[in-house]
Amino acid sequence: MAFFALPLVGLVRLASWSTLLTDLGSPEALDALRLSLICSLGATVLSVALGLPLAWTLARVSFPGKGFVRALVLLPLVLPPVVGGVALLAAFSRRGLIGGPLFDATSDGGLLAWLPGGPMQFTFSTTGVILAETFVALPFFVITVEAALRSMDQRYEDVAATLGAGRWLTFRRVTVPLVLPSLVAGAVLAWARALGEFGATITFAGNIAGRTQTLPLGVYLLLESRPEVAVALSLVLLAVSLTVIVALRDRWLERA
Amino acid sequence: MGSRNRLVHPVRLVLAALALTALGAACGTSTGTTAAPSASATAVGPTDASAPRGPTGAVTGSITVSAAASLTEPFTSIGEGFRAANPDVEVTFTFDSSGTLARQILAGAPSDVFAAADEASMATLTGEDLIAGSPAVFARNQLTIVVKQGNPANITGLADLASAGTISLCGSQVPCGRYADQVLAAADVAIPADSITRGQNVKATLAAVADGDADAGIVYVTDVTGDKVEAVAIPDADNAVATYPIGVLTNSADRSTAEAFVAFVLGPQGRATLEAGGFLPPG
Repeated sequence: MAFFALPLVGLVRLASWSTLLTDLGSPEALDALRLSLICSLGATVLSVALGLPLAWTLARVSFPGKGFVRALVLLPLVLPPVVGGVALLAAFSRRGLIGGPLFDATSDGGLLAWLPGGPMQFTFSTTGVILAETFVALPFFVITVEAALRSMDQRYEDVAATLGAGRWLTFRRVTVPLVLPSLVAGAVLAWARALGEFGATITFAGNIAGRTQTLPLGVYLLLESRPEVAVALSLVLLAVSLTVIVALRDRWLERA
Repeated sequence: MGSRNRLVHPVRLVLAALALTALGAACGTSTGTTAAPSASATAVGPTDASAPRGPTGAVTGSITVSAAASLTEPFTSIGEGFRAANPDVEVTFTFDSSGTLARQILAGAPSDVFAAADEASMATLTGEDLIAGSPAVFARNQLTIVVKQGNPANITGLADLASAGTISLCGSQVPCGRYADQVLAAADVAIPADSITRGQNVKATLAAVADGDADAGIVYVTDVTGDKVEAVAIPDADNAVATYPIGVLTNSADRSTAEAFVAFVLGPQGRATLEAGGFLPPG
């Protein structure tokens, strides 16, 4: 226990408590806080939107290659984040598999040039941060919700079917309320993972103050120039992590 | 049932952990106060008679060298040359931004030699009396604009960077970032803040142009190699000159081998390797 407590105690001791609020109020800190909030919430929403149908399909439908699909979805869980960033570059950069054609199509003279907003580029943009964070956070949501869907009593869904409810109505009114606690837990886990993401973000979205410099990137770069601000931001992340753990303790630590 | 069945009493476990930590801290501080070895503490000459020599006169020992990221290629070659001249010696390299390395050394990272890309990073260590004697400048370098192979964005000079899209620079506390900011300020080129992506060291900065979507960047002349990138020169009048100092750390566990390595870097073979890599002589 000392192994885990001592670094945290050390961090709290390192903090400059008298200047904490001014440090957190500095422009780099505020930018990083704002960006982290927006991007992590965006990544969570995207993870839920994409993850829920994915989890339902993996839990309820059997199809050939299902094991392979599940392995692919869970890959970012074990992949080193920087490697994830390199993979995202290979797919979504201006010369990437999908990013390349998209960029060319939305540039002048391309098929989709009529779309507003100019050439579509994911790298070095806030959208890119959300993309990178979703990539790493989605598996956490899927794994939580799929487990809940598998372990819930499916007879409720069968009963709803016999009473004449269609698939969508059953899903909305029966399934989701039954797995709602796990849905929330999965979303919170995905959010926490997205908030702490560093490697994929800096590799794919770069490190642009005010646009892609999230909290972890800010801490890393401020460590040399303004260490007291870096420590203040670290404390914010620490407080958030503790809140997540306390909020989820019933679900993860005490539930059978 | 009850405390008899527990393998380890919890209070004793906490006390043991605290004792181990205190012991570790005590060990850490005590090595810093050992007396200086017999090797001279002033500038190192080409031959160091006090290094432990094997039967053939070669140096033995094991050292860690912390060097700026831009020194990756030349120092790896110099390491091979040093090992060829002294077969029983072991040299381990750590390459990263000079600021990161200095911070690690200040926090107690075990290292024997520090080679930085600017005087300021070395000064953070000399200010804490962590460098034995005076550091020696062993090379100089200059900056260049780096673009993708074929120069698709048609960049001809510093002025073009203000409107060329995303520009990759080193972090402002990394030496190449400091130099780049100086060069841009002196040339009166203002790149919009939301177009600048800051890399944690010069190799990451280069990678953003080579493998990523950055349109251009500013790195050292010596970093532009390979077929993914090409250089657009910065005129000498606008350019900055980076000076690279090297020094032996006072907390080095093998001071004499460290000094032998520094002597090798300053000697003819080291100089030749650095010049072959594009570095300027210390002059």
